[in-house]
Amino acid sequence: METLALQKEATTVQTTTTISGSEAVLKALLAEKVDTVFGYPGGAIMPIYDALYDYNDRLKHILVRHEQGAIHAAQGYARVSGKVGVVFATSGPGATNLVTGLADAMIDSTPVVCITGQVFAHLLGTDAFQETDVINITTPVTKWNYQVTDATEIPSVLAKAFYIAGSGRPGPVVIDITKNAQLQMFEYAGYKRCEHIRSYRPKPIVRKEYIQQAAQLINGAERPFIIFGQGVVLGKAEKEFLRFVEKSGIPAAWTIMGMGAIPTDHPLAAGMLGMHGNYGPNLLTNECDVLIAIGMRFDDRVTGRLDKYAKQAKIVHLDIDPAEIDKNVKTAVPVWGDCKETLPLLTELIEQKVYPQWLQRFKDCQAKEDQKVIQNELHPAGDVMTMGEVLRNLNELTNGEAIIVTDVGQHQMVACRYAKMNNTRSNVTSGGLGTMGFALPAAIGAAYGDPSRTTVAIIGDGGFQMTLQELGTIMQFKPNVKIMILNNQFLGMVRQWQELFHQRRYSFVDITSPDFVQVAKGFGIPGQSVSDRKDLRSALETMINADGSYLLEVMVGKENNVFPMVPQGRGVAEIVLGSDEV
Amino acid sequence: MSKQEYTITVYTENQIGLLNRIAIIFSRRKINIDSLNTSPSEVDSVHRFTIVINETEEVVRKLCRQIEKQVEVLKAYYNTADEIVWQELALYKVPTEVIAAEVKVERLLREHGAKAVVIRKDYTVFEVAGHREETDKLIRVLEPFGLIEFVRSGRVAIIKASDGFHEKLKEFEYREPGEEAIENEYLDQGEKVFTM
Repeated sequence: METLALQKEATTVQTTTTISGSEAVLKALLAEKVDTVFGYPGGAIMPIYDALYDYNDRLKHILVRHEQGAIHAAQGYARVSGKVGVVFATSGPGATNLVTGLADAMIDSTPVVCITGQVFAHLLGTDAFQETDVINITTPVTKWNYQVTDATEIPSVLAKAFYIAGSGRPGPVVIDITKNAQLQMFEYAGYKRCEHIRSYRPKPIVRKEYIQQAAQLINGAERPFIIFGQGVVLGKAEKEFLRFVEKSGIPAAWTIMGMGAIPTDHPLAAGMLGMHGNYGPNLLTNECDVLIAIGMRFDDRVTGRLDKYAKQAKIVHLDIDPAEIDKNVKTAVPVWGDCKETLPLLTELIEQKVYPQWLQRFKDCQAKEDQKVIQNELHPAGDVMTMGEVLRNLNELTNGEAIIVTDVGQHQMVACRYAKMNNTRSNVTSGGLGTMGFALPAAIGAAYGDPSRTTVAIIGDGGFQMTLQELGTIMQFKPNVKIMILNNQFLGMVRQWQELFHQRRYSFVDITSPDFVQVAKGFGIPGQSVSDRKDLRSALETMINADGSYLLEVMVGKENNVFPMVPQGRGVAEIVLGSDEV
Repeated sequence: MSKQEYTITVYTENQIGLLNRIAIIFSRRKINIDSLNTSPSEVDSVHRFTIVINETEEVVRKLCRQIEKQVEVLKAYYNTADEIVWQELALYKVPTEVIAAEVKVERLLREHGAKAVVIRKDYTVFEVAGHREETDKLIRVLEPFGLIEFVRSGRVAIIKASDGFHEKLKEFEYREPGEEAIENEYLDQGEKVFTM
């Protein structure tokens, strides 16, 4: 017995090795199959960067130009690849620069793990150089965060971080590691992935009775309507969703975050919901008898005035996050669970149906919108170029196969209204937080997330100036990003509101821009600016066919507005098609 | 729906920073916490928060869902005052000479069930355990007699209908349901499925 015990001890000794906390961080990333890290070094994270020097062959590190760029890139990477995005940043300002991205990832449920350096544990709370209370600053904008002060915790904490970020309703996680823990040598016994935390329930248990009740409601409906959000994409349930839609024969409209989960030209695709969504989906929300909401959270930009929202409808809400059920809109049947599990169960119980008359209502609305808005936007009669016609030309060149990354504002709404998408994970935008400056770094991340596809970043002249330093990242690491600036020489969305609701008092929306083509040139990125329609098509072709990154600036109408619009404070059925109706 | 007093009981892991995570759920919505107490629970290693707020049931239900969403929270319950047995502890510091001189004070203290915790030459500290209105009443009574200091603890509450957290915890420690959702053994037993 004694020898056996000794032998056993001997084998365990052989399986552990002495490594530093920093090396344990990198081993954890490799075990989690991370291939790309976006980051920026600094004093408190130097030991990790020192270890990275030896891991450079296995782990790609993209040096961004600002930590906000790192986290947006990680978001873009995660949204396109379906994997967890990873960020390195130093303590203090490095960490606080992540906050906007964390808030963005939190509200758009993007899986990101940020590893921040922190001052030595013995200096915590002493106002040391570059010390900031990262854990408390990031608590409201993280799904989970944790400070590591001892290296032995690193493997298990990182395993938890990846599990929490990627499971259930995904979200951002911050792991703050003090410098002493990064330097500390310890007995490393290998990495074990985390699969269960007793206090954490990523997926509520599916309850069959609710599935049955939902199916009953759907089968008895005369005018059912599906509205879906990013939950379908996050649950990797696109196929299950498509089968549900096709068997049910019910028209399906998407939130901005759900866009692309089914092809945008699918016969049952009803268009986009929300403030600048399509006419039919908004109007008919208040005419359907059963509203089936899947993986969406009834954001105020989708619902308009809540007391005028779908009051006539019985609402079935499928969501993985029980806190979303009944949060904004009262449901008749709450279907808790991962839609990858609940949708097939529901599809099995529903009858195969078609609703020709009901679908005709959507077609009639579409025709009205075509005539009043879309025709003029896609094929303008005047000389001034519209954002819509740029999108139409882009669609014709990319055939709906490109990844479209958008910033925030008018161009975002126009892009999401008119872009064609055949594939899921094609739409990367800041939906919930509305973060200007998101697109350029997110597009860099998207290009690494799926290098096989063309990534087009559509950005306004305002938003581009918020993070244009990331052109430096493109210059150095050469991800293939097609940058398209739709320049209306205004902060267009704010200007539109000032025009419509503030008596044209244009308060600080007149923004001047540098010569973007010259700026790009300074970063070694070719580009051109187009202000004449006759040059648009060939310029877009040049951009798409360029060997690497390319910047195309298109001068569009200065005071064009985005319609339709559900003005703030009104119900979805009060959607207007032009400024004459506001 | 009108506002009333609710006592929220939260079972959690014992984790640094969790108090902040829970507190900001209230402050973000501009909801005042009337009383907050943290303590161990009936289960070793499981922590228990007792939070009192004045809100409508709908708001309280949503708050509990947000609290349960936190990774390190096991479960949140909310109850009205009649569904719990609760106590708060209050301490009163009064000048000893007044106590000694005024017979009336002594009678008042007896009436309110106050116990002397410390008696010194200069001051005496009394304690009263009870409901809010009981401890409040004694403040008003003692004020004319030179009440020097007053402090009241957070509420602690026992849920009348609760069977304790041991069984619930076993359920949570039970592994996640398998791939086949329909094979879940709790599926048709509404009671055993954790609900919010």
